[in-house]
Amino acid sequence: MLPDLPAVFILLGLTAYTVLAGADFGAGSWMLVSGGAGRAAVRDHARHAMGPVWEANHVWLVFVLVVCWTAYPVAYASIVSTLAVPLFVAAIGIILRGAAYALRGQLDATPGRRAIETVFALSSVLTPFALGTVAGAIATGRVPVGNAEGNLLSSWLNPTSVLIGTLAVATSSFLAAVYLAADARRLRDHGLEHAFRSRALAAGAVTGALALAALLVVRLDAPLLWDGFTRGAGLLMVGLSAAAGLVTLALVRRAHFGGARASAALAVAAIVTGWAAAQEPRFLPGLTVGQAAAGTSTLTAVVTTVVIGAIVLVPSLTLLFALFLRGRLDAGAAPGTPVPDPHRAADGRPPRLGPVFALACLVVGAGLLVFGNAGWVHAVAVALLCGYAASAFVLAATTPADASPATAAPGTRRPGSAV
Amino acid sequence: MTVAALAGILTAVGAVPFPQVDQEYLFQARQMQALSLAVHIPLVCFGLAFPTMVLFAEGRYLRTGDPLFRTLAQRWSRVMLALFAVGVVTGTILSFELGLLWPGLMASFGNVFGLGFALEGFSFFVEAIFIAIYVYGWDRLGPRLHFLAGVPVAIAGITGSFFVISVNGWMNHPGGFTLAGGRAVDAHPWSALFGNSYFWHEWVHMYFAGFIVTGFLVAAVYAWGFLRGRRGRYERTALAIALTAAAVVAPLQLVIGDWAARQVATGQPVKLAAMEGLGQTTAGASEHLLGWYDGHEVVYGIEIPRLLSLLAFHNPDATVQGLNTVPLADQPPVNVERFAFQTMVGIGTLLALLSVVYLFVRFRRGRLPTSRWFYRAVVAAGPLSVVALIAGWVTTEVGRQPWVVHGVMRTAEAVTGARGIPVGYGTLVLVYVGVAAAVAWLLRRLGRIPLPAEGAQPTPPAAPEAVDAP
Repeated sequence: MLPDLPAVFILLGLTAYTVLAGADFGAGSWMLVSGGAGRAAVRDHARHAMGPVWEANHVWLVFVLVVCWTAYPVAYASIVSTLAVPLFVAAIGIILRGAAYALRGQLDATPGRRAIETVFALSSVLTPFALGTVAGAIATGRVPVGNAEGNLLSSWLNPTSVLIGTLAVATSSFLAAVYLAADARRLRDHGLEHAFRSRALAAGAVTGALALAALLVVRLDAPLLWDGFTRGAGLLMVGLSAAAGLVTLALVRRAHFGGARASAALAVAAIVTGWAAAQEPRFLPGLTVGQAAAGTSTLTAVVTTVVIGAIVLVPSLTLLFALFLRGRLDAGAAPGTPVPDPHRAADGRPPRLGPVFALACLVVGAGLLVFGNAGWVHAVAVALLCGYAASAFVLAATTPADASPATAAPGTRRPGSAV
Repeated sequence: MTVAALAGILTAVGAVPFPQVDQEYLFQARQMQALSLAVHIPLVCFGLAFPTMVLFAEGRYLRTGDPLFRTLAQRWSRVMLALFAVGVVTGTILSFELGLLWPGLMASFGNVFGLGFALEGFSFFVEAIFIAIYVYGWDRLGPRLHFLAGVPVAIAGITGSFFVISVNGWMNHPGGFTLAGGRAVDAHPWSALFGNSYFWHEWVHMYFAGFIVTGFLVAAVYAWGFLRGRRGRYERTALAIALTAAAVVAPLQLVIGDWAARQVATGQPVKLAAMEGLGQTTAGASEHLLGWYDGHEVVYGIEIPRLLSLLAFHNPDATVQGLNTVPLADQPPVNVERFAFQTMVGIGTLLALLSVVYLFVRFRRGRLPTSRWFYRAVVAAGPLSVVALIAGWVTTEVGRQPWVVHGVMRTAEAVTGARGIPVGYGTLVLVYVGVAAAVAWLLRRLGRIPLPAEGAQPTPPAAPEAVDAP
């Protein structure tokens, strides 16, 4: 039970990453195929829609990595060393994508905009493809235990991996189109809603066809995995995924985007779970999940951390998505600037005791740190130094800077230097 | 496949072998990791200190009702988000590289230190969630609520660095496990990471460095503007907040550094000997400024008798362990180590002096300094503080060599067996140079665009003032 729990967390993280970050990747790939000046609205919609949640969606990948290397260290090291090439490609894609996104947000009317958008869009295709090939390599048992023991190229350049990589790109585009159609409806933009509805239908059809093709390839390429997919929980999940995919297409067709969002996410979650069920209990060839697991105290620590983390995260994420989906974090159209609520109109003089407190903290803290030896003395010293830093900062930063004779004469201030 | 077959036979938990391999390009792997760290660490500083500065400005707005503070906080927060977005990416690259380059480390000790990164992952999550609510929530949340949304960002930045540095502290002073066949078994991650006496000075040193780097970099932008006549109330206020954040803590690094040096003297004496170029174990050891370590001693340096013993053990006659106590194969590269250490201390001392000048003028005269030379020094202090930061990390990381886990696992045992490290390294250099060029180009472009007038509502994400300088 305990050795399997972190694997469950990894699956949850993978599902969240595929559903949430996958949609971000997909939004990027729609920017690639929506070229031309007339499609600028499509590109802008895709970009703006992911703004507030982009960073949070991305952290799921980090979560998956850290749980994997803490709870299953040897399996993790075997996977990343053999699959160094696609993982490095994904990493480069992540750098280019993140940099392009941060840069693009800073310019709205400059000529370099299109070039940056293209880099963003290309890396949005490259990254899910590379990560998909990694999943394919693990699923088909091409990652032996050991330091780069597997083939650096054929482990991920094989029919199943390439097909799963393509499927990852298609799934991302499908999810993105569904979400973006829902966002367009919220913004009451019928043109965009229609544009993304047809994109969602097309991408959904392609994704379904690719999924079927992937199953056929798995049958030839990885009989062990095929067995897993055709019985028990694996079969159930494949069926659930297919059903949820069809329901999503029907809902999109009828423009019920809210429901389509949920069923599209379910389709993805089912296939990730199905993969795990089909492989279970194998992790890598000759290594079960139980054998790969770290010792009890490490696993307990991971589980404790995730439970405590979830207590903090679930309400936080709920708040973020509640604000995001209700359009409270949309760009433009503010519901009115809030009125400031000052305690008092202006500051009085800083309290007299402030400087004495700051100086005392500094002298005692520095003395204890330099001449003390025990750990607790150092702790007190650091606390005092922090007390000094905070009080001195407040004192110095709240002294009005207006008194400065450094004020330039009127006229030296150049136009456009308001910042 | 024999390894896999063997693994199938072994069923005991934790008994899976992960053999060492030969790697021709170990040095390139180390440089690749160092490059990625050097790109990421300045962004970490902004994660540590910038939210506090932004919240301070917003707090002043709530307290005084002065819209200037609101404009300041709003504009800074957009810079904060852009830097965070880049930091997310560079941080993700680091987590990839830990496995891609050092699978031996992850396989053998992931069960001990991995927890630190898991905890950091949650901090990162909280930061990402609330930074979005904060930056996109201007004008859309009530003023108090908006301020409160920023508080988790500041706290998560601090806890995140806390957890990551706990891992570094463990690598320098490992414990909390039993070694069996080169791998950690019976791991106790909580006590290994947080019961480690060696970790606290590193964290405090880095935490204060975060304020120094952020404060001086932001102040450098406004000081540049000052020299060109941009000295309005907005600029003065922004400069005062940024410079004060750096100046109150920069002098503290001298005493914290002294604390850190004493910890190194007892915990990692060979690292200290390399930092100081002390070839032979010596009683009443001298300190050398500058100079070159020729394999036995420092030549062409300025010698200050007994100072090293005094600094390391607070006793001018104390015996300091030399490099000769370990074989040459166990010594770090001494000149790199010395040069990095002296760079950090030298720049740190200059920054502390500049800070004292600033604080003196600010407190005694109640104003900002007037000398143009002061502002030129602040412009230089921005990039110099980054150099000192990176030199400091080089000191602690190169000084740990040839070990990745001090005294337990060599870096050569941790490295990947995969081919193609030079290709990866070259690609990463090209990508980072490309990104840097794009950022520089963007800053130049934006510097020429007139910025919205003070008090106007800029459409998000508006031009940050960090780009005003060129």
